[in-house]
This record gives sequence, structure tokens and C-alpha cells, in this order.
Amino acid sequence: MSAKKLQYERPVIQKLNVGLMNKFGTRTEYTPLTHIDGNSVRDLLGKFGSPLFVISERTLRRTFRDANRAFKTRYPKVQFAWSYKTNYVNAVCNAFHQEGSWAEVVSGFEYQKALNNGVPGNKIIFNGPDKTEAELKLAIANNSMIHIDHLDELYLIKEIAVESNKKPRVAIRVNMDTGVYPMWDRFGFNYENGQAWDAINKILLNDKMELVGLHSHIGTFMLTPSAYGMAASKLSHLALEIKKKYKKNIQYIDMGGGFASKNTLKGSYLQGIDASPTFDQFAESICTSILNAGFTETDLPLLILETGRALIDEAGYLLGSVISNKRLSDGRRATILDFGVNILFTSFWYDHKISPAQEFSQYTEDAVLYGPLCMNIDVIRENITLPPLKRDDHVVVHSVGAYNMTQWMQFIALRPAIVMIDMKGDSHIIRKRETLDSIEKDEVLPKYLKDFKL
Amino acid sequence: MKLKKNLALSDSGFVFDPSTGDSFSTNPIGLEIIRMLKEGKTANDIKSQIIKTYMTDDVSFEKDYYDFVNMLSKHNLVEGVEKEKN
Repeated sequence: MSAKKLQYERPVIQKLNVGLMNKFGTRTEYTPLTHIDGNSVRDLLGKFGSPLFVISERTLRRTFRDANRAFKTRYPKVQFAWSYKTNYVNAVCNAFHQEGSWAEVVSGFEYQKALNNGVPGNKIIFNGPDKTEAELKLAIANNSMIHIDHLDELYLIKEIAVESNKKPRVAIRVNMDTGVYPMWDRFGFNYENGQAWDAINKILLNDKMELVGLHSHIGTFMLTPSAYGMAASKLSHLALEIKKKYKKNIQYIDMGGGFASKNTLKGSYLQGIDASPTFDQFAESICTSILNAGFTETDLPLLILETGRALIDEAGYLLGSVISNKRLSDGRRATILDFGVNILFTSFWYDHKISPAQEFSQYTEDAVLYGPLCMNIDVIRENITLPPLKRDDHVVVHSVGAYNMTQWMQFIALRPAIVMIDMKGDSHIIRKRETLDSIEKDEVLPKYLKDFKL
Repeated sequence: MKLKKNLALSDSGFVFDPSTGDSFSTNPIGLEIIRMLKEGKTANDIKSQIIKTYMTDDVSFEKDYYDFVNMLSKHNLVEGVEKEKN
């Protein structure tokens, strides 16, 4: 019997450079992640195929409860509304609904999804610039909260209200200067130049609609909690002035979303985990501003939060495999993975943390990570330090729960399955892997194009 | 393939090139290959030695070997490429 052979690792040699480290030292992204909530990455890929999205229900609920605690310990009336556009896979939406979240939707399609999931119409917030007449009629019939984006919509809602003899529950979206750039002034009515007051007057003088709330959404991936404090102050000021002028209590202030997750933005000096504020920091800024604005205890409005990214990003993983390794002309290693920008859309703006899914020695190599698409833009990481990966080795991309499962493209390759690992550690498929049929079922081929001779 | 004669190797995988002052880090298999190259072994000798010792196969190792010697060349650790006799 021959002696047992040693574990093989691809030979690597790396030039040592001095004086290049920053004060935080080198990154340790190559610590392997072999299991997610007790499930082996290798087994998950074997069972459901590669690549594969995985949602950890445990992380999802833990993150939600952390956010909920941060706000509810500072303010008496808090309500979260799950942002459907961030991730509208039904299992994800329903996990948030089970935690008590209402639904926040930005299209008729998302509105229907929320209804189908069982969310009562009066607990759906309908946002966004594009709401058709039919969609508005449905939302009004269901007593949903409609957040008005522009004057054309305001007049259309008024017309429907007159025709249907119903009083729609509306809020206006207010944009404002909070000291951050860019200012999101394309949505809603401006605070500083009086547009917001103009819209408020049109609603309250007319009496065809009920102004129930004020809404703002100051940006995305916001790293400055104080900007929310300023927005909350301005909305509170509007609410108090409305009370003074019209003797009308505003029922809620909706601060929208935009809280940063722990991902690292491209070009950021600090890693996301160090740069992104905590829920407590956002909550402190928002709640303090509203509490200090001058409301009486009974007039304090409900605080609604539509945060999406910060609640779901960390719960999502993308598992994949190595297709090949090669050298670029300048000697850099290039590793080709079986997932690309088609399903990992967020790699355009994040340096995603990517870990190997198996144990390695401490030797590492700088590499560029490419996806499988026959497109030059298909780059997952322009520069990453990883152990020597070989064909069929597995990797795990962290914090991919937000936007990837809604913004993904069916382009060149079919989209992968999504699996949720429940609180007990059992895995459930929550969206099947696409097939050729799922793409072609809506195509219609005219009869005269059926046959050809080559 | 002929490595520079005066390369200094340590058991922990530290490689020093006194002619340029450059230093490198290599993993245990890389170190083993460099040592064999210094002894003047051919690609085939090295391949059979590695396959005998480690859990790998002909094709996988061949790909990795040629990538590795290309990197040695890129790092300027090679004196000249000689035609290898099989």
C-alpha cells in the first residue's frame, strides 16, 4: 500500500512590497466561509446547482429586530414598511411582513405582489412617479396610502376622487436640501422653494383628498445620519405649520429609506463595516429631531421607515464556482467565475467581500475576478487577494441581498435559484432556477419564420 | 529553464534575489519546484516527483507548472530559457 499523498495546492509566488499597507493593515477577506447557518456551501451547490443565491432567514430577522429596537426604544410610534423593489421574492417579503412590516411599493406590479402576499390594502404605501389611472383607482378603492410625486398625479387623484366619491388617503413626497450631494430633487415637491406648500394647499383647500402624511427619501446608501435629522426637522416643521394653518394633524412622517448597508463602495478608503452608520445612529438622529420639533405628546406623528438595503443586504449570499484561471498580459492572475454582472448587478458599485468556501494555506495571490459573460464589462472585482483557487473550487460573495434579486438581468445565461435557510437551518427553494422554457414561454414566432434551409 | 544561481531560499518560502534586492514569498509546493529547478531537474522530472507526492494529476499540474515558471520569468528570477530535453 502506498503512503498517503499530501494535499495539493497550486504553486504561487508573490513579490513582497514594503510601505504599501495602510494603517489598518492588510485585508483578511480570504478567511474561508465553508458553512452558512449550518449548511455546507459545497452541499448547497451540489443540491441546488451553481451559482446559487442564499438568504439567511436568521440574519434577516436578526437585522430587522435590531433596526426595530433602535427606533422603538427612542420613539413611541414606529412602523416599518418593506421596500419591495429592494427584494420582492415573496418569501423575503413575507418574512418581513411576519415581523410586522407593511408594504412599500413603487409600481402596479409590486402593488399586486403585495396584495397577493396578503398585505391589507390600507397597509400598502404606493410610492413612485409612475402610477397609472387604473392602479390609482385600485389603490383608492383599497384605502392605500398614496404618496404623490407630481402635480399631474395630484390632479388625476382629485378627478378619480370626484368620480368615485371616495376620499383618497394621500401624502406628498417632499425633496429638500439636507446638506448631502446629490440632492434628490427629481422626486416629489421641493421644500425650500415653496412647491411643497403649494401641493399641500391644493390638497387641503380642496377637501377631495385626505392628507395623512409627509414623506421624504433623501438619497441612497447614505453615510451621514445627520442628513436624516435635518430632513426629519423639515418635515416636522411642515407638519406643525399645517396644524397651525389648517388645524389638521398629520398622522405620519415617512422618512423613506437609503440607510447604507455594510458593503464597501468602490473607491472607499474605509471598509463598509467601518464606514456605515449603525441603526442606532440613524435612529438617534431622526427620533431626536422629531421629538424636539415641538409636537404635543398626543400629536406626535407615526414614524414610518422604508429602509430596504440595510435590512436585507447582509442576509444574502451568492455562491459560485471557479471556471478557470489564466494570466493577463501584465502577469496578473485572472479567475473566471460562473456568475457575472448579469446576476451580481451591485458589483458595479461595490467591492464585494468574496471568500473562498474551502480551507487553504495562508498563501495568497492578487487576482482579478471575472464573470462568465462574453462581455468585457463582466468584472466582479478588479483587484482582490485570494488563496490559489482552482477549477471547481467554490466562492461565497457576502451581502448581496439587496437589489440583486430584483435588478438581475436575464442576459446570456439563465438566472439561478434562490434558497432560504430557515431559523432551524433547513433549506427551502424560494425561486427556481430559470429554464429555456421560462424565457421562451412569452415569445411568439410568426408562422412564416418557422422554417428555413441552411 | 535556468534559475538565477545566487537566489537565497528559506524553509518558510522566503525567496531573496540579491542581484535586484527583490524578495518574494512562495508556498511549499512553489518552494519545492524552485529547489528542483535549482538542482537542474527537467519539467518532466518535476512533474513526476510532484504527482508522486501530492494529490494531483498530470493535466492539472502541467497547467499550474507552466503558469508558475512564467511567473518566475516575469519576476526576473530566470537566467535563460534552455530547451528542455525530455
